[in-house]
Amino acid sequence: MSSDESQSSGQTLQTRSGRRTRSSEATGNSLASGDRAGAGLDRGFAGLARFAGIGILIILAFVAFFLVYNSWGAIYHDQDGQADSASFHIGEFISHAWPLVIGTLIVSVIALLIAAPVAIGVALYISHYAPPRASRSIGYVIDLLAAIPSVVYGAWGMTFLAPQLVPLYNWLNEYLGWIPIFGGSPSPTGRTIITAGVVLSVMVLPIITSVCREIFIQTPKLHEEAALALGATRWEMITMTVLPFARGGIISGIMLGLGRALGETMAVVLVLSSGPIAWSIIQSGRHDTIPSNIASNFPESREGSVHWHELIAIGLVLFVITLLVNMLARWIVSRHKEFSGAN
Amino acid sequence: MIESTQTKNPTPASVQGPAGGHEPPHEPAAMLRPNSLTGNIQPRWFLPACAAVSLLLSFALVVLLGDAEEFSINWALWFVFAAVIHLVLAYVITLVRINRRKAKDMFWRNLIYVAFTLALLPLVSVIMSVAIVGFQGLTNAGFLTSDMQGINASTDAGTQEGEHGVLGGIRHAIIGSLVITLMATLVSVPIGLLTSIYLVEYSQGGPLSRAITFFVDVMTGIPSIVAGLFGAAAMASFLSFADSLGIPVPGRSTMGVTAAIALSVLMIPVVVRTTEEMLRVVPNELREASYALGVRKWRTILKVVIPTAISGIAAGVTLSIARVIGETAPILLTAGFATRVNWNPFEGWMTTLPVFIYQQFTRPMHPTYHDPSFQRAWAAALILILIVMGLNLIARIIATIFAPKKTGR
Repeated sequence: MSSDESQSSGQTLQTRSGRRTRSSEATGNSLASGDRAGAGLDRGFAGLARFAGIGILIILAFVAFFLVYNSWGAIYHDQDGQADSASFHIGEFISHAWPLVIGTLIVSVIALLIAAPVAIGVALYISHYAPPRASRSIGYVIDLLAAIPSVVYGAWGMTFLAPQLVPLYNWLNEYLGWIPIFGGSPSPTGRTIITAGVVLSVMVLPIITSVCREIFIQTPKLHEEAALALGATRWEMITMTVLPFARGGIISGIMLGLGRALGETMAVVLVLSSGPIAWSIIQSGRHDTIPSNIASNFPESREGSVHWHELIAIGLVLFVITLLVNMLARWIVSRHKEFSGAN
Repeated sequence: MIESTQTKNPTPASVQGPAGGHEPPHEPAAMLRPNSLTGNIQPRWFLPACAAVSLLLSFALVVLLGDAEEFSINWALWFVFAAVIHLVLAYVITLVRINRRKAKDMFWRNLIYVAFTLALLPLVSVIMSVAIVGFQGLTNAGFLTSDMQGINASTDAGTQEGEHGVLGGIRHAIIGSLVITLMATLVSVPIGLLTSIYLVEYSQGGPLSRAITFFVDVMTGIPSIVAGLFGAAAMASFLSFADSLGIPVPGRSTMGVTAAIALSVLMIPVVVRTTEEMLRVVPNELREASYALGVRKWRTILKVVIPTAISGIAAGVTLSIARVIGETAPILLTAGFATRVNWNPFEGWMTTLPVFIYQQFTRPMHPTYHDPSFQRAWAAALILILIVMGLNLIARIIATIFAPKKTGR
């Protein structure tokens, strides 16, 4: 089994798939003698590789199955204490879930509103403004932002950033308080949903930046040089060639960032002091997101209880939302690939 | 207007150019074009000077706006003012000296510079807040060699009153991180590597490979907390199933191996993605040369393809470890929280570094004296960041040092 199957060169051109070696065995070629183990190994290895691939599909099927299976208990369960009165409680679940969905969307939108423009600016800086020799290492520096664990961001947002933002909230409340989102009494600790959004924006920034950077670099040099040769300033060149070329990439980068922001747990759970949903985004003890709700309630819930099932069902909702966002992003990328201006 | 505001008048030679130029210079054509090739751009020192001026101006503004009694500077306000003044100043000066288009160009250029600086601020701020308190916490005796056994509110109260330093350590968390991450790696790397071998070497773009590629994409987008939920739910169902068969099992699904399962769901797609990319760049000539020598396909893969790509594969695996070692949410749901060392992932609760940090911040040992707990948490965060960045660095070094030579032939 060790070295001699490599010498069986009689049908090497056919050994690319293990099945064909069989035919040479049937013909009784002397070079194929002692090759049975090799052929078997070849097939075995191919089977192993295929099995690993199928294994991934099985794992994902398990994820979907266990989430759905355990979610069922959230909408179909007994009334408290009465064993025989199992019935559907869909309305109960929805009334429990919708504030969390809205809260998750609010915090993600805040994060994207801050992160997207900055990320596009940073990506443009790296691709078109930074000195070419330094731009690689500058890219590494931005990637460092992605290397910091989310719990550290959460801790930073909770202890450092939140108190810093309190004066801003007071100011917003004083001068823009007539807008509902800045109404109410501003938080004295700064642990609000908008702070959580700011922390999240730092976390999604490197994702959007790296996607945009990749696309910006691919802008056809001919287009850029043509624009510059016609006398365009650098910014005019960017608006005329780079941005139109990269539009799909920018959108998909933002969508990927959204996917990350939706599922981010630790930053929100540490920063936000959660509560019921409200209009104001500068109040403490308001809003909650799906991941933070799960993280703060799941460890305490009893296995198999209705609450436990409910949390898994909310997790399933989050999974579906993220899935849709990510698929939309990839669809945009693939559509963009087909008729990008490059060719 | 261009002529009048130009401070440096060009020499006749630079105006004339190679063709000798047209005389006199006051023809309409000469009005349209700049006096020299470098005539209508700002000098190199313009931007730094403008930035310096706006920093000074905004500093003065912040001091004036602030309280008269206590001399404190709001750094954020300083930055905002400086950015705004810089943008306006550069725009106006360029507008006056050159023209509107150049001014617009200048404005956007500065806006991009501001965006870049803005992105660096949180990085610097996070690293500083971790490093300052964290380093202090690291110097406490026995921080790396003891666990949290016996540390309670009165211990921290004693620390606060100066009786002793901050006690307690993160030995149990480091061990938990190592055990759980190692188990997740042992599950994910073989599956991920074999899958990418299947995708690159065996499948010819058939429906199975397209399905795998698609679902690996789907897996990449699974929120980490959902992976944790999956781990907990799957283990709970499995245990109750095994229990009904009469197999003796632990009563609760909260243990290290559950966390490892949850982490491998997050890790597998990263491994597949990176290794697939690395296998694809292995030149086809190498494979064909190997086949021509009569080597079987599986030996070709093991002896030619993988050794060629090993640096990239190792780097990818290291990066994926770096990604999952910082995960908090899945472990919080699956492994619980322990205060002492637990080497056994199949029994009892386990703590990892991120969960330790989380617990110290959300539930400080003493309800009012938070400082000792926070110090422990920051020190643990420093260790965690050092681990993650160290892994990233190792991945880069592996990728560059052991990279196959590109022009080997």
